[in-house]
Amino acid sequence: MIDLNIIWFLLVGVLIVGYAILDGFDLGVGVIQLFTKDENERRINVNAIGPVWDGNEVWLLTGGGALFAAFPIVYATVFSGFYLAFMLLLTALIFRAVSFEFRKYSEDPKNKKLWDITFGAASLVPSLLFGVAIGNVLRGLPVQLIDGKVTASISFLGLLNPYALLVGILSLVLFTMHGAAYMTLKSNGSQQERMFKWINNLWIAFVVLYFAATLVTIFVAPYLFEGILKNPIFWILLVVLFVSIIYIPIGVKAKKGGLTFLASSVLIAMMILLTALSLFPKLVPSSIDLAASLTIYNASSSQRTLTTMLIIALIGMPLVIGYSIFIYRVFRGKVVINQDSY
Amino acid sequence: MDAVLLARIQFAMTVGFHFIFPPLTIGLSWMLVIIEFLGWKKKNEIYVSIGKYFGKILALIFAVGVASGVVMEFQFGTNWAEYSKFVGDIFGAPLAAEGVFAFFLESTFLGLYIFGRGKVSKGVHWFSSLMVAVGSTISAFWILVANSWQQTPAGYIIQNGRAELTDFWAAVFNPSTMVRFLHTFDAALISGAFLVAGISAYQILKNKETEIAKKALHFAVIFGLIASLLEVFPFGHEHGRQVAETQPEKFAAIQGLYTSQSGAPVALFAIPIDNPPTLKAPIEIPGVLSWLAFGDVNAKVKGLNEFDKENIPPLFLTFVSYHNMVILGLYFILILAIAAYLLYKKKLFEKKKILKILVWSIPLPLIACQLGWIAAEVGRQPWIVYGLMKTKDAVSFTVGAGEVLFSIILFGIIYLLLGSIFIYLLVRKIKHGPEPVSAQEVLS
Repeated sequence: MIDLNIIWFLLVGVLIVGYAILDGFDLGVGVIQLFTKDENERRINVNAIGPVWDGNEVWLLTGGGALFAAFPIVYATVFSGFYLAFMLLLTALIFRAVSFEFRKYSEDPKNKKLWDITFGAASLVPSLLFGVAIGNVLRGLPVQLIDGKVTASISFLGLLNPYALLVGILSLVLFTMHGAAYMTLKSNGSQQERMFKWINNLWIAFVVLYFAATLVTIFVAPYLFEGILKNPIFWILLVVLFVSIIYIPIGVKAKKGGLTFLASSVLIAMMILLTALSLFPKLVPSSIDLAASLTIYNASSSQRTLTTMLIIALIGMPLVIGYSIFIYRVFRGKVVINQDSY
Repeated sequence: MDAVLLARIQFAMTVGFHFIFPPLTIGLSWMLVIIEFLGWKKKNEIYVSIGKYFGKILALIFAVGVASGVVMEFQFGTNWAEYSKFVGDIFGAPLAAEGVFAFFLESTFLGLYIFGRGKVSKGVHWFSSLMVAVGSTISAFWILVANSWQQTPAGYIIQNGRAELTDFWAAVFNPSTMVRFLHTFDAALISGAFLVAGISAYQILKNKETEIAKKALHFAVIFGLIASLLEVFPFGHEHGRQVAETQPEKFAAIQGLYTSQSGAPVALFAIPIDNPPTLKAPIEIPGVLSWLAFGDVNAKVKGLNEFDKENIPPLFLTFVSYHNMVILGLYFILILAIAAYLLYKKKLFEKKKILKILVWSIPLPLIACQLGWIAAEVGRQPWIVYGLMKTKDAVSFTVGAGEVLFSIILFGIIYLLLGSIFIYLLVRKIKHGPEPVSAQEVLS
C-alpha cells in the first residue's frame, strides 16, 4: 500500500531530482568556467545561467525544508553529523551566490577573473560533495543511540573515504557533462563545438566511473541489491537509464544540443531514482546495525503534518513548475549580451 | 566557552547578518511595484528610470540575502539538532510552505524582473516585480509563523518526546503571529523607504540626474512617513500589548520592571543592571506602562520578581535594545515629518542639512530591526520554545565546541568580506547614479 510516508519519500526524491537536474547544469557550467580562457566566452557562460540559477538553487533549499518537515530526525541527525562538510558546502554556496553580482560590478578585468574563479571553485565543491554525501549514505552511517538521542556523527576526514570520493568524482563528471550539454544550447560557433567535444570526453569518463562505482557498491553496500532484481520498477528504470546513456553520444554526433541535454537530464533522474529505490524504505542505513537504520517510518513527522504538507505541496508545486517553464521559455535560445547582462 | 553559548553566538551572527538584507528586499520591492506601475501606466520615463536604477540595487541586495539565507535553511539541523527533532513536526510545515510559496516565487521572478525588461510585455514585467514583492513578503510571513510559534506555541500536543501538530491553523495563527508579522513587515517598508530616500538625497546633493532623484525622494518620504506612523501605532503598540499578555517575563524585562505594581511607570531612560535586575537613574512617567499594556493606568503589571529566577531573561540586553528601537522609531517619524513638511513648502531639495541627514539615516532602520529582533529573542530566554524547551537542551550535542568555534571564525571572515564588498559595490552604484531612460523607450 502507498501511505503518506512513501509519498513523502517520493516527494523528497522528486525535489532531489529537480535540484540535481536544474542546479546540476549550472554547477556544471561553473566547473566549465574554470577551464574557459576567453573572457567573452566566460561572460556567455555566466549569462547563460544568470537569470535562472537562483530559482534552481531553491530546489536545494526546499529539499532541505521538506526533509526537515517530513523526516526531521534524518535532517537533525545527518546535518549535525556532517557538521564540517556542511560548513564547507555552505561556504561554497555563499560565494557562488554573490559571485554573479560581484562580477557584474567589477570593472577591473582582474577582479572579474577572480570572481570567475570563485564561481568555478564554488561550483566544483558542491558538485563533488553531492556525490560524496550520497556515497556516504549508501555506505551507511554510524546511526546509534547515545543518551537516548539518535546520532550519526562522522568526522570530516571519515567522509572522504575512497568509496564516497569515487561517487563524488562521478557526480562531478556527470554535472559537468550536463552543464556542457546546457551550454551547447546557449552558445555558438567554436564555443559550442568545444562543448560538444567536452561531452564526448566526459561521457567516456562517466561510463567508466559509473561502471566502477556500481561494481564497488556491490561489495560496499550489498544490502542495496537484496530483492531488487525481482522488482519490475527496477528493470524499467534501468532500461531508461541505458537508453539515456546511449542517447548522449547520439545527440552529440547529430549536433543536437536539446536531445543531448534531455538525455543527460533523464540520466540524472534515473540514477537518483534507482538509488532511492534500492535504499527504500531506509533513509539512512546504519553501518553499525542495519536494523537500527533510520527509515521513512521511524524518522518521520506525524501523519497530520505529512498530510498538511502534502496539501501545501499539491497546491504549490504545480504553480512552481508552471512559472518555471514560463521563465525558461522567456530566456530560451542563445545568450545575447546587452547592457543588463552580468 | 561552552558549546551552547558558541552555538548561540553563531546563530546570532548568521541571522543578524542575514537580517540586514530581507527587510531591504521587501521594502524596496514593494516600492518598485508602485514605481514600475506608474512608469508603465503613465508611460513616464522618470519612473522607469527610477525602477531600472533601484532594480539593479535590489538585485545586489537580493544576492547577498540569498547567499546568507542558505545558511539559515541548514543551520537548524547542523547546530540545533535536538531542537529540530523537538519542533520538526510543527516547524517543518511553515518552512516547507516558505520554500514552495515564497522562495521559488521571488527567485524565479527576480530573474525575469532584472533581465526580462524588453523581453516580455510591460504588463508581464510589472507582474514580475509584484511577484518578487509578494514572494519576499510570504517568506517573511512563514518565517515569522515559525518564530512566533517559538514565542507563543499553539495547536500542538507533547507526544513521543516532541511537539506534534494537532491544529495547523492554530499553530500558524498562534497568538503572536499576526502582530509580529505586521510589525516586522512594516519595519521592512521603512527600511526600503530610507534606502531610496537616502540614495536620492545623495544624488540631489551631488547634482546628478536630479529630476529622477527628486521624484524618488518625494515618493520615499511619503511612503516612509506613512509606514513609520503605522509602525508605532497600531503595529508597535499592539505587539507590546500582546507581549504583556502572553510573555509577561519578556514584557517586564524590556520595560525594566523589577517589582509588580499597579499604575506601573514607563521608563524613558535608565541604566539597567543585570544582577540583581534593577534600573539605575530612571526617568519614569507613572501609570503609562499599565495603560500601554492593559488600557488602564491603574492596571497591575507583573514585574520580574514574580517569576522563577532561572526563568527570567537577561535584563540589560533586552531593555537596551528595546528602548533604542523605540527611540529610532520615533526618530523616523520626526525626520520624515520634517521632510514631508519641507516637501509641502517646496523647500526640501534646497535643505542640504536635511538631505545629508537622510543620507546618513540609511542604516538606521536596519539597526532598529536588529534591536527589535534582539529584544524579541533574548527576551524569550532561557527558552528556545517558550515554556516547552530550554535553549541549553536544544543544541547538537555531537558537534563539539571546537567545531563551532571553527565555523564561527569561518563565517565571521566570510561575512566581513561579503559585507565589505557589498558596501563597496553599493556605494559605487550610488555614486554612479541613475541613467535616464529615453522617452522613446518608454513609449515603445
